Amino acid sequence: MAFVAIADRDHEHAHDEPHSWIRKYVWSQDHKVIAIQYGTVAILIGLVALVMSVLMRLQLGFPNTFSFIAPQDYYQFITMHGMIMVIYLLTALFLGGFGNYLIPLMCGSRDMVFPYMNMLSFWFYLLSVLVLVAGFFVPGGPTGAGWTLYPPQAIAAGTPGVSWGIITMLASLAIFIVAFTMGGLNYVTTVLQARCRGMTLMRMPLSVWGIFTASILGLLAFPALFVSAIMLLLDAVAGTSFFMPAMSSMGETTQYSGGSPLLFQHLFWFFGHPEVYIVALPAFGIVSDLISTHARRNIFGYRMMVWAILAIGCLSFVVWAHHMYISGMNPYFGFFFATTTLIIAVPTAIKVYNWVLTIWRGDVHLTVPMLFAIGFIFTFVNGGLTGLFLGNVTVDVPLSGTYFVVAHFHMVMGVSPILVVFGAIYHWYPKITGRMLDETLGKWHFWLTFLGTYSIYLPMHYLGFLGVPRRYYAYDSSIEFIPESVQFANEWITISAIIVALVQLIFLFNLIWSYRHGKEAGPNPWRATSLEWQTPETPPKHGNWGKQLPVVYRWAYDYNVPGAPDDFIPQNVPPGPQTPAGSHDHGPQP
Amino acid sequence: MALALVLILLVVATVLFHFLSPWWFTPIASNWQTVDATVNVTFWVTGIVFILVNLFLAYAVYRYRHRAGQKAHYEPENKKLEWWLTGLTTVGIAAMLAPGLSVWAKFVTVPDNASVVEVVGQQWNWSYRLPGNDGQLGKSDVRLVSLDNPFGLDKNDPASADDLLVPSAQLHMPVDKPVKLQLRAKDVNHQFAVPQFRVKMDMVPGMITYFWFTPTRTGEFDVLCEQLCGLAHFIMRGRVVVQDQEDYERWLASLPTFASTQAEIAGDPAAGEALYATCSACHGAQAEGNRDLNAPKLSGQAAWYLVRQLQDFKAGRRGTHEADTFGQQMAPFANMLPDDAAIRNVVAYITTLPEVRPAATVLGNPERGAKTYATCAACHGAQGQGIWSTRAPRLANQSDWYMERQLKNFRDGIRGAHRENFDGAQMAAIAKYLTDDQAITDLIDYMHNLGAQPGAGS
Repeated sequence: MAFVAIADRDHEHAHDEPHSWIRKYVWSQDHKVIAIQYGTVAILIGLVALVMSVLMRLQLGFPNTFSFIAPQDYYQFITMHGMIMVIYLLTALFLGGFGNYLIPLMCGSRDMVFPYMNMLSFWFYLLSVLVLVAGFFVPGGPTGAGWTLYPPQAIAAGTPGVSWGIITMLASLAIFIVAFTMGGLNYVTTVLQARCRGMTLMRMPLSVWGIFTASILGLLAFPALFVSAIMLLLDAVAGTSFFMPAMSSMGETTQYSGGSPLLFQHLFWFFGHPEVYIVALPAFGIVSDLISTHARRNIFGYRMMVWAILAIGCLSFVVWAHHMYISGMNPYFGFFFATTTLIIAVPTAIKVYNWVLTIWRGDVHLTVPMLFAIGFIFTFVNGGLTGLFLGNVTVDVPLSGTYFVVAHFHMVMGVSPILVVFGAIYHWYPKITGRMLDETLGKWHFWLTFLGTYSIYLPMHYLGFLGVPRRYYAYDSSIEFIPESVQFANEWITISAIIVALVQLIFLFNLIWSYRHGKEAGPNPWRATSLEWQTPETPPKHGNWGKQLPVVYRWAYDYNVPGAPDDFIPQNVPPGPQTPAGSHDHGPQP
Repeated sequence: MALALVLILLVVATVLFHFLSPWWFTPIASNWQTVDATVNVTFWVTGIVFILVNLFLAYAVYRYRHRAGQKAHYEPENKKLEWWLTGLTTVGIAAMLAPGLSVWAKFVTVPDNASVVEVVGQQWNWSYRLPGNDGQLGKSDVRLVSLDNPFGLDKNDPASADDLLVPSAQLHMPVDKPVKLQLRAKDVNHQFAVPQFRVKMDMVPGMITYFWFTPTRTGEFDVLCEQLCGLAHFIMRGRVVVQDQEDYERWLASLPTFASTQAEIAGDPAAGEALYATCSACHGAQAEGNRDLNAPKLSGQAAWYLVRQLQDFKAGRRGTHEADTFGQQMAPFANMLPDDAAIRNVVAYITTLPEVRPAATVLGNPERGAKTYATCAACHGAQGQGIWSTRAPRLANQSDWYMERQLKNFRDGIRGAHRENFDGAQMAAIAKYLTDDQAITDLIDYMHNLGAQPGAGS
């Protein structure tokens, strides 16, 4: 007999249910508990980053008003805000949180294939967060080098946090990458090895495709960040010169010589650009499932969607230097990287079309997750299109380093994925807790977040066209091309940002309140097809599936199949008179 | 259907915002109209896609909203439609990429007749170098950088002798002449950016980067650093003055050569002693300062700073503001020094005077001041010792009442307001962070603790 997937070997998965509280909820090896641990820590540290964004907006909106925001504080806020949001919130939440929760449940597995390593992954992640937070308490505070940590500046005099903060930051990144590697290997192996019978690759929900591909990207990209963090650490503490050229710092000649600051930028962005897709691909996948479920329609162009995810994943490794068009690298590279960057827009555009075309001719239920999904499409279209400005080398030159860049990347990889995170939490909370989140609060949360973020970022693009530079603590009146009205825009943006930040309290309240008081959800409140909604218990118990693993007979998108009386047919329902096979059927019938 | 309506309104509002917002590109001042044209092409292509996709989304949300009996259409794929959309997208992408790449081809090709100007960036100021009559820039090495050779030029390279040095943050350029800027950084990454020129480039220590443009209209343009370079990144400011050939040549003729700066004779304290007689009337025989006469302590201050201030007083960059009563009193005395040699002599004498610790007269809350001083330390040094490369004077052991007054003057735009006083403008910008008088008092009191050991402060 041929190869038998791990998931099919029932005895190997009969690991004992933990009985003590501490093994159930603290040193847990259950992917669902680990997912919640990851998610909770990510959201908590994300709140720290949110507060820092409010502080920096206070400075920009009302400069020279708050004596507790000195220039060094401001630069420390922007650095920690950026790093936390990108790495410790979004990456951890999508992969450690949603990846952990959804992969085994959507693939019909009992758990991750390496549960012990999965547990270690979380604890290393927590350690990395603690080391990161320690940066706030060391002498000199956290690093203020900007989240890109470019040397020589990151470890040279004149930068806040150069004595200790940069070291805790680099150490924390290295630990995070260890944590991610343990998690990522698990996610990839589980998807490849532990799917239940009948779950062919081309029947997997797009959420799994997105998370799976992002994990592969992470496994290939994070090592570049790992080595650059270690090398920078050595430059800072051991006197090596990997990235440090001969330089005169504060009027004194340093001991460094021969290193290349640009080498760091290449390594950083070789990680940094795929990182955008490490966050975006899970969001793409999840939002596809949200749209399909709540529009009661099959995802349009499933195969094209899968190929688009894979194409984006591959292309994301050959576009990194579009972050470096005017870094001083050989300008001829601009031709290559502008071309690859604009090519990546094609599969990305296909995804957008297919989301919209899924809604088209659907039966659109405007539930809270669906509102967030549609808000995502609008936001992502906007952020994606401005990427065509910055990706096209000539257009990038005047806009780089301005608020246009800030607006672009917040729309495309800040607000867009966060809207998906919210949609996903409203969508899966009933499975995780057995209760629904409050819908009225959810709608308030959506409207204020969606409109508030647009009110923040739309004007920022125009400040960027004007040429207002980013990473400025203040804009003193001596910059002649910046008119008074820019100050008004900054006040407007700050007030919008404060509102959006406060609105998140509604969401937090909803999360906590609904845990006890939410409406009973039942096993499948959205009438969804994918396997996680077909578990014998809600919330699913340890091992997920009771005695019998599910068997899959169809893809995850059999909504409103012609001839079926119900408007959805779960993946584990065999073809029958009431449940005809949909016309998308490429897998074998087990 | 609130959502569909809101989506439509957002599209309309975005388009209106585009046409009504007061913020758009600054009027261009270089040959790179092609950059603006490429931006416009990109803008129209993406703008149309933005409108079409979102309006279609709004339509679909409205038209296919859930109603009783509504059934979705089961259609896993539609190859024809998908290929059409892919094809159209590819065409749109190509329409943006092609002009982008063709303009980039010009960007990477520096015209043969472009003159070369070197821009040197360091934390947190600018300076410039032009080739002399030989048309060549001499070799430089950052390890040669010192107070006397701030550009780090190689004295043994014959090409460096006639290089023209611009020791200020203001660079002049002739209009309508292509120029290649060669960029060099001494310490960390910087970026030379003038929004009106549209093009810019990072400056990276250890390498020389470049870009070119032709200024096409006369005027004065702010130079900004647009690569985060540390605490004072946001006030690293310079200026480009684009002018007629005639005015430009006049400016060129005023620049010192590298050789002439190296030939400057060190000040002679003996000659300076005689000159100092006038100063001593107010500043005291030991340059210890006299509060009653509003004359600050000078002893212990770095020579380069005293020289620069005397030059500023002489040139009207300081002591000309109508509210700066005491600065106005100083200016005529500075004018009594006939030339730079006299300035160097008198300063040389001052530096021989013994250091004393001035009395503490400004009392506040030094703990609060310590937190504020963390910002000051970036330029002035952790011990207030002063750092020549950041052009920040010594603060330790200086007259506290004087520093208090100067801080208020900086904050209130009385000092540092002259257009060519870049150091003063930088200090004025940072002084605004001191939100009230009490913050200044606290800070000054903290500074009594600095440099407890009287030192040279160079």
